[in-house]
Amino acid sequence: MTDIAEDVSGIGRRWEPGPDGLLLDVRDLQVEFRTREGVAKAINGVTFDLYEGQTLAILGESGSGKSVTAQAIMGILDSPPGFVTSGAVEYCGTDLLKLPEAQRRTVRGPEISMIFQDALSALNPVFPVGWQIAEMFRKHRGMNRADSLERAVNLMERVQIPGARQRVKAFPHQFSGGMRQRIMIAMAIALDPAILIADEPTTALDVTVQAQIMQLLADLQDERKMGLILITHDLGVVADVANRIAVMYAGRIVEQADVFDLYANPAHPYTKGLLESIPRLDLKGQELAAIGGLPPNLLAIPPGCPFHPRCRYAQDVCRDGAPPPLLEVGHNRHAACHFAQDVLAEGVRQ
Amino acid sequence: MSEAAVEESLAPAAEVGPSAEGRSQWAAAWIELRHKPLFWISAVLIVIFVLMALFPHLFTHTDPRFANLAQAREKPSLHGSIFGRDNQGRDIYARTIYGARASLSVGVLGTLATTVVGLTMGLLAGFFGGWVDSVLQRLGEIFFSIPLLLGGVLFLYKFPTSVDAPLIVQVLKIVLVLALLGWPNIARLMRSAVMQVKPADYVQAARALGARPSRIVLSHIMPNALAPVIVVATINLGVYIAAEATLSFLGIGLQSPAISWGSDISDASGLGLIRAAPNMLLFPSLFLSLTVLAFILLGDAVRDAFDPKLR
Repeated sequence: MTDIAEDVSGIGRRWEPGPDGLLLDVRDLQVEFRTREGVAKAINGVTFDLYEGQTLAILGESGSGKSVTAQAIMGILDSPPGFVTSGAVEYCGTDLLKLPEAQRRTVRGPEISMIFQDALSALNPVFPVGWQIAEMFRKHRGMNRADSLERAVNLMERVQIPGARQRVKAFPHQFSGGMRQRIMIAMAIALDPAILIADEPTTALDVTVQAQIMQLLADLQDERKMGLILITHDLGVVADVANRIAVMYAGRIVEQADVFDLYANPAHPYTKGLLESIPRLDLKGQELAAIGGLPPNLLAIPPGCPFHPRCRYAQDVCRDGAPPPLLEVGHNRHAACHFAQDVLAEGVRQ
Repeated sequence: MSEAAVEESLAPAAEVGPSAEGRSQWAAAWIELRHKPLFWISAVLIVIFVLMALFPHLFTHTDPRFANLAQAREKPSLHGSIFGRDNQGRDIYARTIYGARASLSVGVLGTLATTVVGLTMGLLAGFFGGWVDSVLQRLGEIFFSIPLLLGGVLFLYKFPTSVDAPLIVQVLKIVLVLALLGWPNIARLMRSAVMQVKPADYVQAARALGARPSRIVLSHIMPNALAPVIVVATINLGVYIAAEATLSFLGIGLQSPAISWGSDISDASGLGLIRAAPNMLLFPSLFLSLTVLAFILLGDAVRDAFDPKLR
């Protein structure tokens, strides 16, 4: 099935990454939702970058702004109520936020593509799956029905759907959850995008299927040198696949590090709390360390560090003024905490 | 979901052969319909009436406009005219057969017109929301507040049809009234269906994969929002046929020499005629009732087939 990859990349992208392979450069992104109850600041200055072949995991609880970040990058925020108030999303050196909608649409799909959490609801129930995959080729590449359908079959085989040729005319509800997610992946990679954003791709799946889907994503990324942004709340899912991790809390990145560093020795109390709250077999019988309290209401984010009400390191300095900035706390790692060095020194409970 | 569909989804992927053609909402509805006797009864009736409207000479060779006063009010008989003859000695059977064309064309064209207008308005209102929605909603409410028949009577009374106008002009005039007063019904349904479908993930996904707004509306939102509209449109068909008959009965719908069940019923209801020639009233009324009934039955069956909760 390698011929698909060659075939598609032969078409050639119009956009070329920088010489160092920099694909995406998100700087100080801010998004707010203007609702009847007030302004919810969903993202408050998110900065990260993504290189070719790199996997960045964005980790956070529900409401931490990870999905909104993805939607803002894709330009599919529901607006109103959502507005990008400042910042830049540079793709191959061009700020996508400044592009007119018509041009931006040409980026979605062929350049940056996305898969969703619940593949059943992300596939149109009234059309056969093959038709939906083939639509990508028909609309973006101007292929005819027969050729595009053939491509769809190839892609379905590539994402390991058994009996792809027979099932190309089946409808989404006739597939299992894992198969549907594979179809969604096939659609997303159809045009060989440079960046794939996966928004909780395995949350709706069984654990065994989760591993297969993650493996598939990793293989595809390897094969196509895609940049992969993996949005998840599951620390277990990212450990194997991601190179870098950005931990989000209340619309901010609170810690960013290579995956190994972060797991071995977190620099932010929130990350530490997350790692310690994973149930472990070797600590059976001991009380599970949960993070107390609730994530903040985005309509009223507490002053100072937004994590301070739940943080056991919190001092007066954390409760007032500006939130701590994301600073370098070690080799190639950043954390937004006044006491990052203390947290680092303490280490995670082993 | 029907039993067959459950079985199929349980079947292991590897065993799914080419016979396991996919089944959409539409296909599932069709399978459901196939097992309903009511659907078949109404479908057969409708096919007969449609044939009548298209090819009346298949059913009769008698000229429905040929009048012979010597035979006026002849009783039905197997040797002469089986439905009898009317006040002016015209063959009632032939007139009833030829009357199907006017009634059905009003019904079908009226439904088409209301559905097209209502669908477009509903799609626009539901998809764009905001002020577009408000304007279209208020506009719809204005027309919605006028009762169908009263509005029809007023309109046709104000702009009467000349007797010489060809049938199609007369029909289109009635269709215009029906469309004008009937579209908000469909538009409301469509709007709410679109608003239900719009936040669905597959609409988001289509955007994320670079689909144009026009494509999102036509290929992702509309097909998923169409089911309730189809059901109501089918029922409306019967209602519009009845409305045409009512308007013609009142003498302001189709004008003689155009033949329609409504105007024949009107003729038959003349003073003393009901007792003198009840067959004049009976046969057009019977055919009218059967047609309306067939379409309403079909609408019912289609509604049940599309609503998974009723399966």
